Amino acid sequence: MTTIQSIAGQDEQHPDVALVQRVREGDVSAYDTLVRKYERQIFRIAQHITQNREDAEDVMQDAFLKAYEKLEQFQGNSKFYTWLVRIAVNESLMRLRKRRTGKMVSIDEDLETEEGTVPRDLADWAPDPEQNYTQSELGQILEKTIKGLPPGFKVVFELRDVQGLSTEDTAEALGLSIPAVKSRLLRARLQLRERLSRYFRNKPGSRQAGPKVARAEP
Amino acid sequence: MTCTEFIALLDDIIDDSVAAETRAEVEKHMHKCGHCEVVFNTTRKTIEIYRSHQIYDLPNDLRERLHAAIMARCKKGC
Repeated sequence: MTTIQSIAGQDEQHPDVALVQRVREGDVSAYDTLVRKYERQIFRIAQHITQNREDAEDVMQDAFLKAYEKLEQFQGNSKFYTWLVRIAVNESLMRLRKRRTGKMVSIDEDLETEEGTVPRDLADWAPDPEQNYTQSELGQILEKTIKGLPPGFKVVFELRDVQGLSTEDTAEALGLSIPAVKSRLLRARLQLRERLSRYFRNKPGSRQAGPKVARAEP
Repeated sequence: MTCTEFIALLDDIIDDSVAAETRAEVEKHMHKCGHCEVVFNTTRKTIEIYRSHQIYDLPNDLRERLHAAIMARCKKGC
């Protein structure tokens, strides 16, 4: 992985490289730019793993502070963002372990379940099914749907499909092999599809398809 | 191509990274198998929806507060 990235990285320099160099030379404003660039993404990753807003806020702060402290250790043969994600994932898992004392939580546990590899719900969806819900209802559906997936599946889906990272960068950020990323991505995509089908499947004669969405707790 | 083979290739089909020869087989299979066509379309839609309606977004006021806290500690040397 590292070898592939090093070769690929020789062609052009990623804009973060110059920012990291400026931070190393003592320019804190360059770090401000890096934090602004990635804070939303890091927060989302932390929220996916911890499932807790306050924990995600703490993880986001701790990850950026830790990255700042350890910047000398950043080798530059990986991208700054993948290195940062790795710190954030470790911080998130540590927080989760603290909260669920005694329960092992890991990103690389291989969950060989049948669920998600064999599509069961084969009904087609309504055209633009998300338009049957308000923005807030849709947000609740999407959160509720992804919540039940194992942390490793959620983070792979978030990095690959939502944030658009390559399979190689996702593998490096999570310390997983490329086949492991691919297998998690397929299962995550299929499981989310299956669960969303409950809300989005085509029901003739009804514009308000799908089960009722629970209102947010106060 | 069987349905199992189709599902095994699903990610590559969605990411448009299958060889031209395989793509022809994939299209032939989807043409005759309505179930696989539904799985392909709805999986692609799943990704599209999650990409365009990002969940766990950081509200601006919270973002500014956290950002300020991080930078204040960095300026102090953490």
